[in-house]
Amino acid sequence: MSDHLPKDNPYQPHLARIVRILPQIPDHRLFQLRFEDDEVARNFKHRPGQFVELSVLGTGEAPISISSSPTRPGVLELCVRKVGRVTEALFRLPVDSLIGIRGPYGNGYPVQEMEGHNLLLVAGGLGMAPLRSLLWYAMDNRSKFQDIILMYGARVPGDMLFKYELLGLLDQPDITCLLTVDRDDTGRWPAHIGVVPKLFDKVTLDPKTTIAAVCGPPVMYKFVLQKLLERNFSKDHILMSLERKMKCGVGKCGHCAIGYKYTCLDGPIFTYWDVINLPEVV
Amino acid sequence: MKIVTLSKSNLLPFLEASRSFGELHAPLKRGEKSCAFAQVEDVADIQVGCLRTILPPKKYFMPPEQTMFAFSTDGYAPVNEEAGKRYVLFGLHPCDIHGIKILDLVFSGAYTDPYYFERRKHVAIIGLDCIPDQLCFCNSMGTYFTEDGFDLFLSDIGDRYMVMVGTSLGDDMINASHHLFGEVDERAKEEFKRRSNARREHFAVEVETWGLPEIFDLEYESRLWKEAGEKCLSCGACSMVCPTCYCYDVLDLLELNAQQGVRKRRWDSCLFKDYALVAGGHNFRKERSSRVKNRFFHKQRGFVAEYGRPACTGCGRCIEACPADINIIELITKLRSEAHV
Ligand SMILES: Cc1cc2nc3c(=O)[nH]c(=O)nc-3n(C[C@H](O)[C@H](O)[C@H](O)COP(=O)(O)OP(=O)(O)OC[C@H]3O[C@@H](n4cnc5c(N)ncnc54)[C@H](O)[C@@H]3O)c2cc1C
Ligand code: SF4
Ligand code: SF4
Ligand code: FES
Repeated sequence: MSDHLPKDNPYQPHLARIVRILPQIPDHRLFQLRFEDDEVARNFKHRPGQFVELSVLGTGEAPISISSSPTRPGVLELCVRKVGRVTEALFRLPVDSLIGIRGPYGNGYPVQEMEGHNLLLVAGGLGMAPLRSLLWYAMDNRSKFQDIILMYGARVPGDMLFKYELLGLLDQPDITCLLTVDRDDTGRWPAHIGVVPKLFDKVTLDPKTTIAAVCGPPVMYKFVLQKLLERNFSKDHILMSLERKMKCGVGKCGHCAIGYKYTCLDGPIFTYWDVINLPEVV
Repeated sequence: MKIVTLSKSNLLPFLEASRSFGELHAPLKRGEKSCAFAQVEDVADIQVGCLRTILPPKKYFMPPEQTMFAFSTDGYAPVNEEAGKRYVLFGLHPCDIHGIKILDLVFSGAYTDPYYFERRKHVAIIGLDCIPDQLCFCNSMGTYFTEDGFDLFLSDIGDRYMVMVGTSLGDDMINASHHLFGEVDERAKEEFKRRSNARREHFAVEVETWGLPEIFDLEYESRLWKEAGEKCLSCGACSMVCPTCYCYDVLDLLELNAQQGVRKRRWDSCLFKDYALVAGGHNFRKERSSRVKNRFFHKQRGFVAEYGRPACTGCGRCIEACPADINIIELITKLRSEAHV
């Protein structure tokens, strides 16, 4: 029956094997995946900030950002928070299980246009998942960017995603890595204490040559945007990542519409200028 | 375009003969006054005068429920539910043909939907002109006429139809019953022009559509949305009957052995409460007023930005179907007058 449908079916999930599961913090795991089909693996090319639709047999699909950088091909890394049907089913799967992946989807970060600029990455909570892709992309193409500053905050040290990887950046000369926790319940936290917006006091930023990529919970956006605007960032030098319910990921099912844009096609990365012109953003 | 004529007494014999091109579907009587597109047993049952079917013809291209994949531990195999099955659809009015053209826009593009186009290419469309009623505003939406989107299009010219041949399939259909068709003569041309002009007089409503996107932006906070939200029952009937509403939901159904199952999609509605509800309980459109507004906003504003034209054909179905009497013509008219006070 199926042979009548064209081969390039945009909804076709491809089998991928879970090759490693790295528990991060409670209810968050990093899944390393490898496509079963070599051709699919070869053809899968993504840009930082793009996402995939992940299928777990029998439970459905969920959009998940790609956490790995295209500069490190071979495995695909997804950092997932357990919240509902699909994500719970994913967390029940052992290493070596097969899942479905289709994509990459979305616009991703305009990495070409970002070249030659200073990069300011600001993340809170799970917002580090898509920004990690951009972070390693920029670090692996270090000569194409000017200064790189990362600001990332978690509630307590035990809530910080990719903690050891990021702590390793603290004393690297080619990045300013500012990690912060709201409170240190361990007494051993080596970096900053306080909310993310307070990190702005630690750096000087040139709004003309810097592009800011912000990803995090709504409360964080509010204060970070305020800081950026105070420092005269133009609205199209601020990149935000928006979340919406998604089903198809390719602009057909309608679920992710915001005003007159589809988050899945026109986003999930929007400039702040785009965002203030869209109704019902939050 | 090739044009021929068909005498009215030859219509049913022609439709009977057209069955060799696929299963014949046309408007059939449902209730007292309602009709629906359905499979034709006896061509004599066809409601040639039917104006607005309950559901638009989109159900043939985008069925209410459709299987996309069969999955097992081996992966996801695409399913083509009606592989190769052919239909001849008779009696689509211009607005319905425009409705299909709008769906074509949505389902094509960088990510072409193979399920939709698989059905699309197996349906022959025979259009038919009509006389509007008080709910039709296709004249305002620019969907009153259509030059394409059909295989054949029949216009009433008294005792005959003027038949426009839109595709080579349409031409094949005519050739297969060539003895039923006639030439276009002077009298037919005159009558066609006269009737086309006369039909325009029948519209009871006129909705001014210029500048509508701007007006929707300006009136985003209008109390009219709140009022509509207070009446709306979130039943979704308006979107089910709309020829251009295409939103769908996807669901995976697992068999008892938990090893295999199917992935289906089915019509969804942005009027439903959980349409924009995400994991963790946040709902981007919790208020009914924001959902009603979203539907109209998307059709008259968002779609224009995305595809360069509104996603409304002026068919009047949503007005007829709404149990709360929410009326798109009234809403647009009021929004426009608010923007100008
Ligand atoms: C562009 C994008 C990138 C994302 N990246 C990540 C990521 O890297 N890691 C991560 O853990 N989560 C991410 N999310 C959120 C993630 O998609 C949801 O947590 C997930 O869909 C919940 O699925 P569920 O079936 O477990 O939950 P349920 O509550 O059972 O949801 C049912 C279905 O609704 C839809 N849905 C529910 N919540 C969301 C949501 N927040 N966003 C979009 N669709 C939703 C999905 O189709 C989902 O399968 C991302 C969301 C978007 C839109
Ligand atoms: S919005 Fe209403 S009038 Fe417009 S096409 Fe849809 S059902 Fe018809
Ligand atoms: S048909 Fe009317 S009541 Fe039902 S959802 Fe649509 S606008 Fe609301
Ligand atoms: S997720 Fe379906 S339209 Fe965006």
